[in-house]
Amino acid sequence: MPRMNMVQALNSAMDVMMARDENVVVFGEDVGYFGGVFRCTEGLQKKYGRDRAFDTPIAESGILAAAIGMGVYGLRPVVEIQFADYIYPATDQLVSTAARLRYRSAGAFTAPITVRSPCGGGIFGGQTHSQSPEAIFTHVCGLKTVIPSNPYDAKGLLISAIEDDDPVIFLEPKRIYNGPFDGHHDRPVIPWSEHPASEVPAGHYTVSLGQAACVRPGAEVTVLTYGTMVHVALAGAEEAGVDAEILDLRTLIPLDIETIVASVGKTGRCLIVHEATRTSGFGAELAALVQEHCFYALEAPIVRITGWDTPYPHALEWDYFPGPRRVAEGLKRVMAD
Amino acid sequence: MKNAAPLELHVPEPPARPGEVPDFGWLKIPPAGSVARPDIATPPNEMRGHAYTLIRVLDEQGAASGPWDPKLDAETLRRGLRTMMLTRAYDERMFRAQRQGKTSFYMRCTGEEAIGVAQAMALDDRDMVFPTYRLQGLLIARGWPLIEMMNQVFSNTRDRLKGRQMPVLYASKEARFFSIAGNLATHLPEAVGWAMASAIKHDDRIAASWIGEGSTAEGDFHHALTFASVYRVPVVLNIVNNQYAISTFQRIAGGEESTFAARALGYGLPALRVDGNDFLAVYAATRWAADRARTNVGPTVIELVTYRASAHSTSDDPSKYRSAEEPGRWPLGDPIARLSGHLARLGEWSEERQARLASELDSEVLAIQREAESYGTLASGPHHRPATMFEDVFKEMPWHLRRQREEMGS
Repeated sequence: MPRMNMVQALNSAMDVMMARDENVVVFGEDVGYFGGVFRCTEGLQKKYGRDRAFDTPIAESGILAAAIGMGVYGLRPVVEIQFADYIYPATDQLVSTAARLRYRSAGAFTAPITVRSPCGGGIFGGQTHSQSPEAIFTHVCGLKTVIPSNPYDAKGLLISAIEDDDPVIFLEPKRIYNGPFDGHHDRPVIPWSEHPASEVPAGHYTVSLGQAACVRPGAEVTVLTYGTMVHVALAGAEEAGVDAEILDLRTLIPLDIETIVASVGKTGRCLIVHEATRTSGFGAELAALVQEHCFYALEAPIVRITGWDTPYPHALEWDYFPGPRRVAEGLKRVMAD
Repeated sequence: MKNAAPLELHVPEPPARPGEVPDFGWLKIPPAGSVARPDIATPPNEMRGHAYTLIRVLDEQGAASGPWDPKLDAETLRRGLRTMMLTRAYDERMFRAQRQGKTSFYMRCTGEEAIGVAQAMALDDRDMVFPTYRLQGLLIARGWPLIEMMNQVFSNTRDRLKGRQMPVLYASKEARFFSIAGNLATHLPEAVGWAMASAIKHDDRIAASWIGEGSTAEGDFHHALTFASVYRVPVVLNIVNNQYAISTFQRIAGGEESTFAARALGYGLPALRVDGNDFLAVYAATRWAADRARTNVGPTVIELVTYRASAHSTSDDPSKYRSAEEPGRWPLGDPIARLSGHLARLGEWSEERQARLASELDSEVLAIQREAESYGTLASGPHHRPATMFEDVFKEMPWHLRRQREEMGS
């Protein structure tokens, strides 16, 4: 089986879908001839032609609007917003049309679009190339939100997103494009090739939206996390010496509540880890759901380890990033009671 | 250089406020038939003047003249007249229904009927339209049943949009009429996207979209023109300049220093500025733009200069911000009266026939209204079951919505 990093896996997903379905088109800023600033769309224009993989003006709202219009026509557009931090100009298109079109037309018109966008920090991108805005999209009824943590899932989830008939926000943690980063920024980069999830089938397969994965079974505490933080949580649990059950949520909407409830019901403790800012972050929703569903199983207060409620500071990013040391402290805190 | 005087902010004002004498002297009206009709392949920079003039076919006496006369036969003209009159009859009945408390809200298109109706007739029924509100004439001209529209206005049990949308925000896949957005301008670049798809698929259908002059100030207007220009998209982009964005005169949207049509020039797009109350001019300009789109020459921007003769909506009172005499002083007249006068001049129509048709249409609308009310009204019900509100958020209902539906108790 081929070994792929996340960029190659995402590229392969789009390649497979463009070959299978001629209604799949790919576009965005620098996406066409050049193949994207992170190279995710490399070679697609050459292979499928300029009218199926092309560059766009710097206009995120225009990109989303064009995708929605194409979706209404019957295409399956996959657009790239170069950084998740750049998605805000497109908010009206996402909220007022993409998310609402099926509802407001009672199913007559739909926008089956996929919006790919690199998110998260750890590359010295400062406050405009590091954000994790996933919670914003989960608050908008009508959007699905997906965040993969490894190449195998990235390809299978992206194919599912493209095949899905609802609009999907597909956030790609850019720090793990090339390797499973565990938060130890001062250590040498580990490539994906040494990780089992880099074994990615060349052809078509799917990972269903709405299914969490258990990446580490454990008995003492449940860790709810996604994206880059999956790898950080694994390192943090190792360093804390805690037998943590780590769930990679993979999809935030729809959320795999059953897996979460079963795990917390078993462990009786819960730590939530995400890179995004804390207040009104997706962790707040998770904490509320765990409380609603598992209150009588809980043996200790739920703890959140997250990015601070500040913009992502350029030179201080490793003080901002919730690394394995903070995860380990969080695990100790949740185990203390 | 030192300031000669302190800096001052210019805030545009309309020529007249309530109690003042209306003045439309700013609207330069060339004689009917005087504007040249360029070939559709004319490079945009060779027809820049068309963004600043006013294409007119019908003169004040109802005579048609000049190169833009589409030379429609009397039967087609009567069909156009009838559809405009039906639209007005529908509006009047729905307006009254709102005043009677049978629905929450209504918007009439009085004085703007030529735009929706003539343009629907100039386009192919297979073309996709992305309208803003106040284009019910477009939907009616496409033959969409009034009963469907009324069922939505009354949000009754047969409302195809299941009581989810405000009364005038129609959607019809069968009529190729896109779901009207209550927030403004989003649909304009979406129309461009639809037309890009049609080009990608080597289809023969084009798209057309409409936006008010007020919302040309939105960023999405710029995105639409940029994408339309860059990819030479088969789309017709219409700006309905009815002089008002609720209470705000068009100068606040940028109409004082230039025309709205002229916005197109910076994008390298051709612009036609048209007498929007002249059925023949609206038809001809739309056909010119549609032909251009259909033959891969590219997109066109049309500014339709008209006047919002009635209030913005049933929630609005224009006497608070404009002179009561203003509608009567509007120099481009009423589109129904003008087409009717033209047909009469041709010997194809008369005042008696006009009055008889108006009466027939009112009876027809009233009969349909009675049927619609028999399925329910917003005020008295019945409506769709509350549980249906959870449907269509997603294609398949996720667990959290199923749970909330149970929580609601239905």
